[in-house]
Amino acid sequence: MVALSERIAISTMQTTRRAPKSISDPLFRWASFASALLVLIVLAGILGSMVYGGWPAFRQFGFGFVTSSVWNVGKEDFGAWVAIAGTLTSALIALVIGVPVSIGIAIFLTQLCPRWLKRPVATTVELLAAVPSIIYGMWGLFVFAPFFARFVQVPVSSLVEGLPIVGTILYARVPSGVGLLTAGIILAIMIIPFIASIARDILDQIPTILRESAYGIGCTTWEVVRHVLLPQAGVSIIGAVMLGLGRALGETMAVTFVIGNANRLSLSLFDPSSTIASRIANEFNEASDMHLNALLALGCILFLVTFTVLVLARLLIARVRTQ
Amino acid sequence: MTSIAINASSAIGGAAAADMHAPVRISVRHLDFFYSDFRGLKDISLDFYDRQVTALIGPSGCGKSTLLRTFNRIYSLYPEQRAQGEILLDGQNILASSVDVNELRARVGMVFQKPTPFPMSIHDNIAFGIRLYEKLSKADLEDRVEQALRKAALWDEVKDKLRQSGMGLSGGQQQRLCIARTIAQRPEVILLDEPTSALDPISTGKIEELIEQLRAEFTIVIVTHNMQQAARISQFTAFMYLGELVEFGPTSKMFMTPNKKQTQDYITGRFG
Repeated sequence: MVALSERIAISTMQTTRRAPKSISDPLFRWASFASALLVLIVLAGILGSMVYGGWPAFRQFGFGFVTSSVWNVGKEDFGAWVAIAGTLTSALIALVIGVPVSIGIAIFLTQLCPRWLKRPVATTVELLAAVPSIIYGMWGLFVFAPFFARFVQVPVSSLVEGLPIVGTILYARVPSGVGLLTAGIILAIMIIPFIASIARDILDQIPTILRESAYGIGCTTWEVVRHVLLPQAGVSIIGAVMLGLGRALGETMAVTFVIGNANRLSLSLFDPSSTIASRIANEFNEASDMHLNALLALGCILFLVTFTVLVLARLLIARVRTQ
Repeated sequence: MTSIAINASSAIGGAAAADMHAPVRISVRHLDFFYSDFRGLKDISLDFYDRQVTALIGPSGCGKSTLLRTFNRIYSLYPEQRAQGEILLDGQNILASSVDVNELRARVGMVFQKPTPFPMSIHDNIAFGIRLYEKLSKADLEDRVEQALRKAALWDEVKDKLRQSGMGLSGGQQQRLCIARTIAQRPEVILLDEPTSALDPISTGKIEELIEQLRAEFTIVIVTHNMQQAARISQFTAFMYLGELVEFGPTSKMFMTPNKKQTQDYITGRFG
């Protein structure tokens, strides 16, 4: 019996054995290399054309293009500061609101949720990611903004009026509902599913045995999560947050609806503002000459900002790892 | 039969003889355990003696780990698992719903199959567990950390790098760190779930030596797949099979003149 099966094995080996082909393997290697190269070429192409298009604006306004808060289409005088500040502030607000909620969702799903509820909650969170950003924008403008104006902006403004610091930051001159904080909140809702689902995967990957040993020395659920699971996941959670940040910085459609699109530098979170992406989306249609160059230059800056965020994230992760 | 006796007696050489007069620390009474519908333990009744090492042996799936995991109720992390019956720790039924499980787990420490250092410094790995249940001055805390590390035979290897991460230690050192973390809480009972299964022979030897020393202070229950290990370090042995307790007795008797044929077959490697 053994001999027979061996003989069969030998005969099949002989029939399937073939001379090594000299061409197919290098071909395959070059094809996969070309695929990888294509991404680099596209990236370089985009970056190159952006810099080329924005160059006249950079040359005319110099470094002042970044620091100036003037944006006057008629006089062809352009500065990016309002849009840069708006981009960073709205993304920061989104993180401040979104990260704790996302981590809360991830902890609930992995540690506390009864099994029958796990799937419905997880699916709902993931569906949130499937909602197109234009829907968030419309909902934000027509439903959330009026609600926000009436129940948050008006009462809070009257409460803090005249007070130092908060009287500036949380005072709405015109309580329209749209503004930086509204944009930040909408962005938070948009990045929550991303951060939450990655954070959930990370927490799921932590070995059961580590969790059991933390419970095993008498930790409560809170102590297990706070002192063992989150520090264990730490580095990867930062990665998840950075991914959310990248999305918040570049999000265009929803923000364009709810940020108010004003080129005004204001210290109040209730005031309308602009982000780089929302300004480009608003103005590209009628832009020409120097206006167009200025928008392309804005695009370069957004590119640079997101790139910097990614590099910082990498450095941060590398530093945490070596500790 | 003679050859078995010779093998076993040479293997037992290391362990101290069972103290037949030691008081009972844990008393298991008619314990049943269920994973959803599957009955993992069947009517187990068994006593564990104070400051003795009791080894739980048996083939995979026999329920020895399941039994161990009832003593600190770690199974209750999983809603589908439940235990019925009584487990008396110093006379108190720890399966009662009135028992504070977190406090119970500080009294009944556990060490797992693989080292599980927490993501913090070597020092904090020990101090963390102490701080959960005791408010100590800084000096007292440092003292307790040092004591625990000394008892776990790790102090000399780590005293110069207490602020470094516990993850940087070798596997054997990590496991001793986990033992130190457990004894730092001054538990009454220490549960060891195959503590050396992921370690090399030298590290295993160190852990076994350590268990022998810890017996002076703690009641120890160890699950092991390694028959020689059970013979080397335990005073009592319980042999389990398919969720039932087949035989329990002093280790020397279990290995040399077991009452049941099944026990003898397992110990001599005829099955399992």
